[in-house]
Amino acid sequence: MPTDRTTLTRRTFVASTGALGALAACGTAASALYAPTSRAFGDESGDGESIVWTHCHVNCGGACVLQCHVQDGELKYVESDNTGDASFGAVEARACLRGRSIRPWLGSADRLNYPMKRVEGTKRGDGQYERISWDEALDTIASEFKRITEKYGNESVFIQECSGVEQNIMMNNPFFRLFNLLGGEVTRYGSYSSAAISFGAVPYTYGTSWGNRSLKTIQEGELVVLFGFAPNDMRMAGDGPGYDLNVVRETKNARVIVIDPRRNETCTNQGAEWIPIVPGTDAALVAGIAHELISQDLVDLDFLHTYCVGFDEESMPEDARGKHLSYRDYIMGTGYDQVEKTPAWAASITKIPAERIVKLAHEIAESDPCYICQGLGPQRHTNGDNAARAIMVLPQLVGQVGKPGTTSGGTIGNDDIGLSSLPTGDNPIKTKFPNFLWPEAIRDGAKLTATNAGILNADGLKVGIKFLVNYGNNMMANQNADIGFTTDILRDESLCEFILQYDVAWTASCNWADIVLPDLAPQETYSLTAAGESNDVEGIRFGQPLYEPKFERREVYEVCGELARRLGVYDEYSEGGMTREDWCRKLYDELREDKPELPTYDEGVKMGAFTYDIEPSTEVDDFILDPVANPLETATGKIQIYSPELAELTETWKLQDGDVISPIPVYYPGFDGPDAVTDEFPFQIVDFHHKGTTHSTYAANEVLHRLSPFQAWINPIDAERQGIADLDPVRLVSAQGEIRTTAKVTNRVIPGVIMYPQGAWHDADMQGDRVDHGGCSNTLTSRHCCPVSKGTGQHSVIGTIEKVEG
Amino acid sequence: MAQYGFYFDATRCTGCKTCEAACRDYHDLPLELSYRHVYELEGGSWSQAADGTWTTDSYTYYTSFACSHCTNPACTHVCPTGAMHKDDDGIVSVDSHRCIGCGYCELACPYGNPHVDRDKGHSVKCDGCAERVAEGKAPACVEACSMRALSFGPMDSLPSGGVPAAVAPLPDPSVTTPNFLIKACASSQPCGSTSCVVANAAEVK
Repeated sequence: MPTDRTTLTRRTFVASTGALGALAACGTAASALYAPTSRAFGDESGDGESIVWTHCHVNCGGACVLQCHVQDGELKYVESDNTGDASFGAVEARACLRGRSIRPWLGSADRLNYPMKRVEGTKRGDGQYERISWDEALDTIASEFKRITEKYGNESVFIQECSGVEQNIMMNNPFFRLFNLLGGEVTRYGSYSSAAISFGAVPYTYGTSWGNRSLKTIQEGELVVLFGFAPNDMRMAGDGPGYDLNVVRETKNARVIVIDPRRNETCTNQGAEWIPIVPGTDAALVAGIAHELISQDLVDLDFLHTYCVGFDEESMPEDARGKHLSYRDYIMGTGYDQVEKTPAWAASITKIPAERIVKLAHEIAESDPCYICQGLGPQRHTNGDNAARAIMVLPQLVGQVGKPGTTSGGTIGNDDIGLSSLPTGDNPIKTKFPNFLWPEAIRDGAKLTATNAGILNADGLKVGIKFLVNYGNNMMANQNADIGFTTDILRDESLCEFILQYDVAWTASCNWADIVLPDLAPQETYSLTAAGESNDVEGIRFGQPLYEPKFERREVYEVCGELARRLGVYDEYSEGGMTREDWCRKLYDELREDKPELPTYDEGVKMGAFTYDIEPSTEVDDFILDPVANPLETATGKIQIYSPELAELTETWKLQDGDVISPIPVYYPGFDGPDAVTDEFPFQIVDFHHKGTTHSTYAANEVLHRLSPFQAWINPIDAERQGIADLDPVRLVSAQGEIRTTAKVTNRVIPGVIMYPQGAWHDADMQGDRVDHGGCSNTLTSRHCCPVSKGTGQHSVIGTIEKVEG
Repeated sequence: MAQYGFYFDATRCTGCKTCEAACRDYHDLPLELSYRHVYELEGGSWSQAADGTWTTDSYTYYTSFACSHCTNPACTHVCPTGAMHKDDDGIVSVDSHRCIGCGYCELACPYGNPHVDRDKGHSVKCDGCAERVAEGKAPACVEACSMRALSFGPMDSLPSGGVPAAVAPLPDPSVTTPNFLIKACASSQPCGSTSCVVANAAEVK
């Protein structure tokens, strides 16, 4: 309920507790507590309007403050964070256009209001649903859980990831908590976003996440090279990395180069240099740069010999010597393929002029420090494991890792406050499968093994998924590669026998569920969320419900408690009746045990939120100071340009046709890569994260549609050849399917490539022509995944674009 | 009283449109109507070398603007009833009781700013969030911008580095003497430039 804000302001909070002084005096990493000013929140205005603090958390990496003006149980308008320092460079968690447009979303006609069930006699995908009571819905879910686990065992139960409610303490943890009390469930590893870099690159290069520093580490005048990283398009929070980049560019005179098939928002007004590249060829660019560095004696040999394995013969593991398997051999033409990776060779693949590649090599060699990082785009190709590793090699070649002003060549670093989420208990089932393969886990079950599908902790799956929970996601018919393939599997009730969809709105995925439950939006319930998932800030958001629940919407912790009652484990589930709000308080109190300088929970609720900036570390990494005493967690203890683990996998794993696992990060085009284009499918079609949505969250918000439309970006040269004018209705077609959208004819995309935002809501007659009028990019994407991580290869698509006449 | 106006630092803008989103939300605007627009301009071309590689001299830049609260506003000059007027602080606003919804202001303004709201039956436009400013707050758009690219206040208090707005697609400032300063970015093109085009026409119509 609207919080009474008349008793304590931010100003009085700080003055009365001395929290600012406490932080400064105890020398924590906090450089400044979120500073209160005279522009603190408004109090009750006398007209019944009150301010309720909540936030937007939808897995963009931010957790932006929403200061909601509520009157008579309705949200009137939103302010964001206006309580800190408004000057450029200071941190306020200002929401982007998505959070600012929350009002039409909360009141959207797409919202789910009542529990629904699929009409008897219809099949999944027929789209016929009827309203039922909560009792009927919960009884059905509980009895199906019992029936299916008795028949197939708990390994047949699976809970999908929950992107739409990520970062909050609750997420989909109530389902895990409940099922773990009842025998557990099979789980996934890797996320849809980052599986290839996290499971196909980092473990073989650095062992664990290592060397990542945030953009705040960037030093005066240094060179910043971003591979497929667009924080100003996707992470626009006022305390996020887009802002950090803007600040270091202006205040540190950082020179920024962006390597991307699309001119992203870092290279529009802000003036970063854009080097357009053919999608999926990053490893070839790195190889061309490496050739110039090696032939001009610009590599840091001392660094490579001290800290790295596999650069040259001298630094190869003993059992791999004498076979010309080093990275240097690969680059200089003495490796397995006997091809020299000259800048001209790289130019022919990347379509970047050789002289620009040469110049880039020298620019990188001359900048000390030099900050080289990648976003998650390069690794989302079918060669993504390798591409991610290749980009990491680049800073290693010039010794630009492990010290201030650098990062690992991987993603940027972050430092969050360490808030725990709802405990889920112990899952007795240890078997895990790669997240991407969940449809195959339904269809193929026990055919998925450790060597053909990367099953972990077991030789293979015992059984297919028979009981599927989708909470806070749109995975079934939107955010998963190849919707036609996936929904054909879902339609067959002999495969997955029960499907639950539980969400705030009727997405396309709801059409494939047996029971659909209506959720409260995060802004309509208690929500505790930590800031800092995507960069160096620490903070907490204390969300309170904007108004009483409307219709029959209910939140997930309570609903899983109702299921727990039906399944006989309520007391254990709820630890004696704890509510969602109780958990917010308890988990925050646990955090505060380690950080007593933080405000109490009740003080936090009155503040609504706090954020403080983290100063970047000025320390050189321990491994760099003493690599013998502080080895990395790799097989060799060093940075691995050559990975012995991958050498072993090449011997044992069964791969899809055309896939390559290589101990060194070589370039290969991958399935449906740039060399796969044909007369029928002459374009690479690559989706990207645009400004209007996070994944598919908010994608049905008509305001955001207007501000940031889903359009196919096509270069004017290609548009002329295809007879397409700006804003023309077009079809995009791949071997997997067809979508309809409009064209944006723009210089902002390299010729030969169509860039199209991901996230639009699928809208097709899947028993008819399957043409997707909603324009979901996954109608076009394929099931071919990365060989090591089994991470998605969604950016590797070939297809065509045509004008739709009439 | 001092003349109030806007300042836009183009070197910081990312084209995110949070300014427009905040304006729409605060003023509860219908979908088809906006007081603030973010124009995306682009120009240049691509060329392919004999080896198949691409180079481009293309560029893209955004300009965010609402009413320029001009010293010599076209809208007030054509208003037949005097509804469109300048307030004491130089803000151009509509007296909705006097406005007859004729639309002359909408036709006359070279910034495309006032619009006739057919449901309300009168013109509507940016008033610099007069209510908020009266309470000592910044306009919704200014406070929303994560990048601190927007400012509002008495003209002589605005950040240095701005000059009267003179970038495409805006009209030459000599036409209406806008109280709108811009710090241009490297890609900005002069008023009237024919080398660039509006790249997001559907979003700003």
